[in-house]
Amino acid sequence: MRSVAITVNGERRELQLEPRELLVYVLRERLALTGTNVGCDTSSCGACTVLLDGESVKSCTVLGVQADGCEITTIEGLAMNGALHPVQQAFHEQHALQCGYCTPGMVMAAVSLIESGEAGSEKAIREGLEGNLCRCTGYHNIVKAVAAAASVTA
Amino acid sequence: MTATETTGFVGTPVLRREDGPLLKGKGTFVDNIQLPGTAHAVVVRSPYAHARIRSVDLTEARAAEGVVAAFSGADLRDDWKAPMPCAWPVTPEMKNPEHFPLAVSEACYQGDGVAVVLATTRALAKDAAELVVVDYEPLPVAVDLAEAVKDGSPTAHESLESNISYVWKLETDAVDAAFAAADTTVKRRYVQPRLIPNAMELRGVVARPEPNGDVTLWSSTQIPHILKAMSAATLGMSEAKLRVIAPDVGGGFGSKADVYAEDLLVLALARRLGRPVKWIEERSEGYVATIHGRDFITEMEFAATKDGTITAVRANVTAAMGAYLQLITPGIPLLGAWLYAGPYKIPNYSFTCTGVFTNTTPTDAYRGAGRPEATYVIERTMDALAAELGMDRLELRRKNFITEFPATIASGLTIDSGDYVGALDKLLEDFDLDAFHKEQAARRASGDVKQLGVGFSTYTEMCGIAPSRILGAIGFGAGGWESSTVRCLPTGSVQVVTGTSPHGQGHETAWAQMAADLLGYAMEEIEVVHGDTAMAPYGLDTYGSRSLPVGGAALHLAGQRVIEKARQIVAHTLEVSGDDLDFAGGLFSVKGSPDRAMHIKEVAWLAFAAHNLPEGMDPYLEATAVYDASNFSWPGGAHAAVVEVDTETGDARLVRYVAIDEIGTVVNPMIVDGQVHGGLAQGIATALYEEASYDEDGNLQTANLVTYLVPSAAELPSFELGRVSAPSPLHPLGAKGVGETGTIAAAPAVINAVVDALSHLGVTDVQMPATPERVWRAIQEAK
Repeated sequence: MRSVAITVNGERRELQLEPRELLVYVLRERLALTGTNVGCDTSSCGACTVLLDGESVKSCTVLGVQADGCEITTIEGLAMNGALHPVQQAFHEQHALQCGYCTPGMVMAAVSLIESGEAGSEKAIREGLEGNLCRCTGYHNIVKAVAAAASVTA
Repeated sequence: MTATETTGFVGTPVLRREDGPLLKGKGTFVDNIQLPGTAHAVVVRSPYAHARIRSVDLTEARAAEGVVAAFSGADLRDDWKAPMPCAWPVTPEMKNPEHFPLAVSEACYQGDGVAVVLATTRALAKDAAELVVVDYEPLPVAVDLAEAVKDGSPTAHESLESNISYVWKLETDAVDAAFAAADTTVKRRYVQPRLIPNAMELRGVVARPEPNGDVTLWSSTQIPHILKAMSAATLGMSEAKLRVIAPDVGGGFGSKADVYAEDLLVLALARRLGRPVKWIEERSEGYVATIHGRDFITEMEFAATKDGTITAVRANVTAAMGAYLQLITPGIPLLGAWLYAGPYKIPNYSFTCTGVFTNTTPTDAYRGAGRPEATYVIERTMDALAAELGMDRLELRRKNFITEFPATIASGLTIDSGDYVGALDKLLEDFDLDAFHKEQAARRASGDVKQLGVGFSTYTEMCGIAPSRILGAIGFGAGGWESSTVRCLPTGSVQVVTGTSPHGQGHETAWAQMAADLLGYAMEEIEVVHGDTAMAPYGLDTYGSRSLPVGGAALHLAGQRVIEKARQIVAHTLEVSGDDLDFAGGLFSVKGSPDRAMHIKEVAWLAFAAHNLPEGMDPYLEATAVYDASNFSWPGGAHAAVVEVDTETGDARLVRYVAIDEIGTVVNPMIVDGQVHGGLAQGIATALYEEASYDEDGNLQTANLVTYLVPSAAELPSFELGRVSAPSPLHPLGAKGVGETGTIAAAPAVINAVVDALSHLGVTDVQMPATPERVWRAIQEAK
């Protein structure tokens, strides 16, 4: 067991972790933040995307102990004072989710893409979201939502 | 529009009420259920495609840290009072080898479960599963479909003499004569690759024994009602003691419309151990443990006159069942069996299907189920026939379209409505084919490395499963009705109960739209309940684009019954005849005296109080209705795909897609567009990217998301959608199914486009998926 301290959605959490525990399971099972989903075991699908020190990462590719001293934002930490984040709002308005399983990861990846200024065109958005799979929407409305959110937050 | 309006929601893009929790990470997916005292189950699976199980040694696994219990297939054999269910014996002679949740003496595909280990955490259960020692004796395998069907092939089960499960045939009288008399015939052979559905949420099951002996089962399923009945039957337990809940379900596409080994295992183990048991699938595990789709080889023939009138169709399908018959495995080809003439008037019809066992993951329903396979071979062969006749592809289609409805087709069913001509006209209005042809000609003339092609697909399909009588006549074990209850609660809200079980389709929103319009309540006053057999006891669930065509109609009928009951109460209270009452916007008013009126909410209270009801009337303003359609639902349409092919690398990219669909009345156009987008993406993926392949020993070669290419946003364009409307005259709302249309129509449009891009080089066919290697080889072979 290793002692780590991770700041998750603004709250400092001190944990005793097995070295093999993936960050996604630390979030889901130790911290009961089940909004971050697991969709594969090959780091392919992006359902588990969170922000680590402000940048999007697939939390299945990070060991919990590697996050020691880091700041993590999950989907649960995105809405402020009960109001949806502009990306969440755009996903709602553009019908960018159906089953909703890829949505937390997709939203977090989109937040990071927009914040890094890489959501300037349809092509850029499509390529920027390449690491996040959705099986319901055909991506059409996700791309529209990200473009709409990018124009709101620009 | 504001949310407090009380009429006119149907037909408008109301934003989804489902979104809030899902967007905030508050979804209720099965893996989010964390119950104290849970034993986590991990299934040990056969690495061999076919092997005798000599022994299973669980000694070390049972002694490992955290292990609660471990069982072999033999240990649990007596827990099963019946084999796993196949609900569709398509012929009386159909062969159906016994299938149990864990194999007892013979593993028949890579991934067949042979043991289960339970521990206090998932990680410890996985560790212990590594310690299970199984002594296998490998057996000969039947893997390749074309080989497995032959006499003398190794058999997929030791008990079988051949791999043929069944032969099913539908033929009109004069097919051979029509072929003999034809000016022109074309015959083509097409392969439908095996596909892996890949819902983003893996399957998961949690079972909790309750203190009174009941069991609650949460499953990531499309079919909680069917699962409840089938599980109770398989375990020999009282169905009344079992409650099945489908919480938020992260996509299904048919793959969760099944009764799986793990549903039954988790249920049985929770009862044995007297504690909650949980099993969560991993993606790579799901690649072998969850059903696959397609895997057909089809010989398709058309007979035609010189002028392009098609006179006969003959389809000969060989369909892989996989190792076992799952819930409706043998029936999947039959869901297309009546459709091999497409939207065309073809008087002579022959369809034969041979169902074949292979030592592979069982196949079953995947989006479209039987109809994409039919549409693909029809639309590819239409292009082949046009080339043979030297006729324009679209002209050939127009010449043969069914134009008058209702239309009884040669296979024996009746298409209630459609507008294939209108759909194609609109497609061409939106597409600008002349401009495309100029660009294509310019690239051909300049010898551009990147060539352009356009492909078309004009289709119809039958969905909205379905009339119970027809299902009975074709051997299906259950009915096709759907149930709904509408309750006007005494304090002013409405509870709508539906037997459909959504997993992304937005029923809560669309059903509330329909109920609001019908009853005159505000949207937010209506709650929609689904997916819990304790709350919605009757239903036949969600698959085959049935929810709106069948479940929506049941809601409509239940709402009408509520209104009629309310009308009687108002008439009794106001001492007028029911016929003298108008009902609009929730208000009953006396004809000619609009000031004498009563709101339905007031009626709900009167019905609850029951102080002064008409003689013999039960209290409470609620009604249940069951809708059993008299026909299938018949959507149709015309799609066009534009593909750019790099002739040096073989890389084929979709650059434009226009879809015109005819789906009758639309309840929520935003949700419908979303269904079409997603359906198109899966059909396009079939054409260009996805294929599950096995090596000769039956090892799945595409066993994870790295090697099986589910497209990302970067592989797809935005889609251009349009609609024409020919509402179903048989349906209370005029609605049709739309969940599968995109998948059904897209693959042939894309492949027709790939072939069109290369036709000037002599290419006449490219097999799906049109990978760079396949395209490049097709170009080289045509040289």
